[in-house]
Amino acid sequence: MIVDLLFYMFASVMCIGALGVALSRNPMYSVLFLVLTFFNAAGLFILIGAEFLGLLLMMVYVGAIAVMFLFVLMTVDMTGEDDDGMKSPFFVTFVLITGAVLLGEIILAILGGIASNARIAEFVPAESDVQNIVLLGRVLFTNYIYPFITVSMVLLVGMVGAIVLTHRKREGVNKQDISEQISRTKEESIEMTSPTLGKGIS
Amino acid sequence: MENVALHHYLILSAILFVIGLMGIFLNRKSIIIILMCIELILLSVNINFVAFSAFMNDISGQIFTFFILTVAAAEVSIGLAILTIFYRNRHSGDVEDSNMMKG
Repeated sequence: MIVDLLFYMFASVMCIGALGVALSRNPMYSVLFLVLTFFNAAGLFILIGAEFLGLLLMMVYVGAIAVMFLFVLMTVDMTGEDDDGMKSPFFVTFVLITGAVLLGEIILAILGGIASNARIAEFVPAESDVQNIVLLGRVLFTNYIYPFITVSMVLLVGMVGAIVLTHRKREGVNKQDISEQISRTKEESIEMTSPTLGKGIS
Repeated sequence: MENVALHHYLILSAILFVIGLMGIFLNRKSIIIILMCIELILLSVNINFVAFSAFMNDISGQIFTFFILTVAAAEVSIGLAILTIFYRNRHSGDVEDSNMMKG
């Protein structure tokens, strides 16, 4: 009973958060609503027995992605812009009707699938003898080891791509060039002079 | 109030998916909100995976959620990098200004 109440609470707040993300005019509010949504999703994950993923969602999304959104938002200064009106009301109505139809179709498909195959609607309690994270690690590092390595390559590509995209050459910055340093010769770096007394090097 | 079953989670995921999709279409400005809506869509897929994983007692769904999370992180980092250079070139982050390729 309490589980049901928690589910409905998390789900309703999550829908409100998602609507806030999609509809707020200020992107800063959108990021904060995104954080709300992900906190509630993490609550749902923990509720259903996927503790590790719930905590991971909090760490990755709230700790990393939301902060990254905030950083970019503050850097590029897109908050509080003038809103030059909505798109045409015809377009908005069309989109909303399409969305309602799509949602209705998906829900009908879900309910139809549930009705046709009642087996999957039964609640199967998660294994209680082994922790979620232990089970996850056991499966991830044995059965799914190659996808795991591949996904590390995805992260590497993401990191390199972000750096390459945003990197730029800046003028007036002294950078160390090691090959230039070690390829200096004595002839081009030392000049022998014989200054006369009392005059110095001019 | 009936017990929370699999289809509750699936319907919640469908609602979230449609909200994300409509957010992309209805959004008038700011590419960054489009990125956030894509995050919402990925989250709805994650909820689907975790719900099936929990109710069918199969851990593979959670493994795939893990992978989707990774891909989402990489995607958002690339997307924000593109947004940054877009802003650097055009001095705006509006959808309307992304017309350099006349697409």
